[in-house]
Amino acid sequence: MITFDAVTKRYPDGTVAVDRLGLEARTGEITVLVGPSGCGKTTSLRMINRMIDPSEGRILLDGAPVDTVDPPVLRRGIGYVIQQAGLFPHRKVVDNVATVPYLLGWNRKRARGRAMELLERVGLDPAMGERYPFQLSGGQQQRVGVARALAADPPVLLMDEPFSAVDPVVRTNLQDELIRLQAELNKTIVFVTHDIDEAIKLGDRVAVLRVGGKLAQVADPKTLLTEPADDFVREFLGRDRGIRRLQFVSTGGLRLRTDLTVREGADGRGDEPWLLALTAEGRAAGWLARGRPGELGPAGTFRHGRDSMRAALDAALLSPSGHAVAVDEQDKVVGVATRQALDEALTEAVHG
Amino acid sequence: MGDGPPSLWEWIARNWDTGRAGSIRDLLSDHLLMSLVPIVAGLALALPLGLACIRWRWLYQPTAAVFNVLYALPSLPLFMLLISVTGLSPVTVIIPLIFYAMAVLIPAVVDGIRAVPEHVRQSAVAMGFTPLRRLVQVELPIAAPVVIAGLRVVAVSSISLVSVGALIGQGGLGMLFTRAYQNPFLPPVVVGIGLIVLLALVADGLLVLAQRLLTPWERARRAT
Ligand SMILES: Nc1ncnc2c1ncn2[C@@H]1O[C@H](COP(=O)(O)OP(=O)(O)OP(=O)(O)O)[C@@H](O)[C@H]1O
Ligand SMILES: [Mg+2]
Repeated sequence: MITFDAVTKRYPDGTVAVDRLGLEARTGEITVLVGPSGCGKTTSLRMINRMIDPSEGRILLDGAPVDTVDPPVLRRGIGYVIQQAGLFPHRKVVDNVATVPYLLGWNRKRARGRAMELLERVGLDPAMGERYPFQLSGGQQQRVGVARALAADPPVLLMDEPFSAVDPVVRTNLQDELIRLQAELNKTIVFVTHDIDEAIKLGDRVAVLRVGGKLAQVADPKTLLTEPADDFVREFLGRDRGIRRLQFVSTGGLRLRTDLTVREGADGRGDEPWLLALTAEGRAAGWLARGRPGELGPAGTFRHGRDSMRAALDAALLSPSGHAVAVDEQDKVVGVATRQALDEALTEAVHG
Repeated sequence: MGDGPPSLWEWIARNWDTGRAGSIRDLLSDHLLMSLVPIVAGLALALPLGLACIRWRWLYQPTAAVFNVLYALPSLPLFMLLISVTGLSPVTVIIPLIFYAMAVLIPAVVDGIRAVPEHVRQSAVAMGFTPLRRLVQVELPIAAPVVIAGLRVVAVSSISLVSVGALIGQGGLGMLFTRAYQNPFLPPVVVGIGLIVLLALVADGLLVLAQRLLTPWERARRAT
């Protein structure tokens, strides 16, 4: 656990970057620091590994003040990932990843072996180890940055806007990858971003900072969205806070109808305006409108019980019928959530 | 050197190793020594001074100014001036050449290290490099191409400038020119120029080789 105990950072020019910050980053959790530019996120992060020393207050790592440890030694036990990856241009990728093991005095073979293992772990072809960093794309460099931070298996990981310099698709991949890695590794992660969506997606707990380095609120994402502490937080969360909240509402309770499906190629029957055509494997083929046989409209799907209400609503909006198709892990259709069912669930979410 | 007139080869054969001071071989080794010492000493002094200029920023401008003035001074009067201190010895030639080398190498060291991207430096700090290790394993390697480019200039100019020392009797191969001045005869001049150019080419070639071996990533970059 990382503890900020009334930490203040005043730069020599008088700027107060962090103001009496009290915060705990719990072991095995991702704690996100989020806030507008200049609110002291980077300063806070760098005080943990002593790249910056606080003016007042203390930072504790598992109860021990960090200023009792020699900085280089402290830092070798704390992974650090930054926006531009910060890879060494003069070292091959594999040696970049092996940086901290080398510093810890591992022999070359063991360090490189570990580096190869990590490249694979972050989803890179180990053959890339023999390249130099400039021979990689931005997204790949960022993965190498993560691998390098993990190389000596530090219990703590500090990440300063690690994914903000890559395009949205790659960013989403990297975020998913981090969530997957964290499920395996259970590190104590402090993650800095100015992107509230990223904060909500990744954070077990989210700390919102305001300019001047004051903590505005710290809470789990759901609480943050439902009970913002003040106008600043409300504003920062943005206009679509209501929609985002649905991310935390399960689809498990949605009432599904199973009588709205037909075999693909079969004729529509009855008086339902829309029927869902199924393939032989039981997957969604498309929506059939009454009176227009053979014409299939796209079917938006969501994983029943696993995806959130936000995904279900999104699926409904993608279907011409306005109904969302519930599928299982194998994409087999388990039922249809009608508009009416969605409406009931939304009402429940707002009041319940 | 191709096919010279037979008299040139005869002259070389007769003067290569006479056993007395002033043989071509002696002059060549003098020349090598007088140009090599300034290159090595220049680098050895420019490194700590350059690092000091990075550590204490205010130091750089005055240091650069002093060495630029030294660089601007013509070598001959500088040699004359030094004779009163160091006498008619190779040291009199070597000292100004060290200054010239430093005038080129201090900015090379400073620019080279300042060109290390800030995020690279920061991430080295964050990984847990000690300052010395960061210098040796991160900053100097990344600065190496710029420093070696400076060394190439210094090597060639030192090798060429040593010959000016002939005017005070300490010029290595340059001595061949003053002899020809007293007694107009072509072979010594041709041999002097030829060997100096050859020395310069060899020195430059060695530095290019060193650059390739020390900075393999630069080659990879050029290949793409
Ligand atoms: N070395 C410094 N000297 C003086 N002021 C500084 C220094 N570094 C940062 N600051 C100031 O401290 C405040 C916080 O800076 P910090 O870099 O921690 O912000 P940040 O939240 O990381 O911002 P961003 O999202 O833009 O990265 C800013 O007002 C900044 O100008
Ligand atoms: Mg920042």
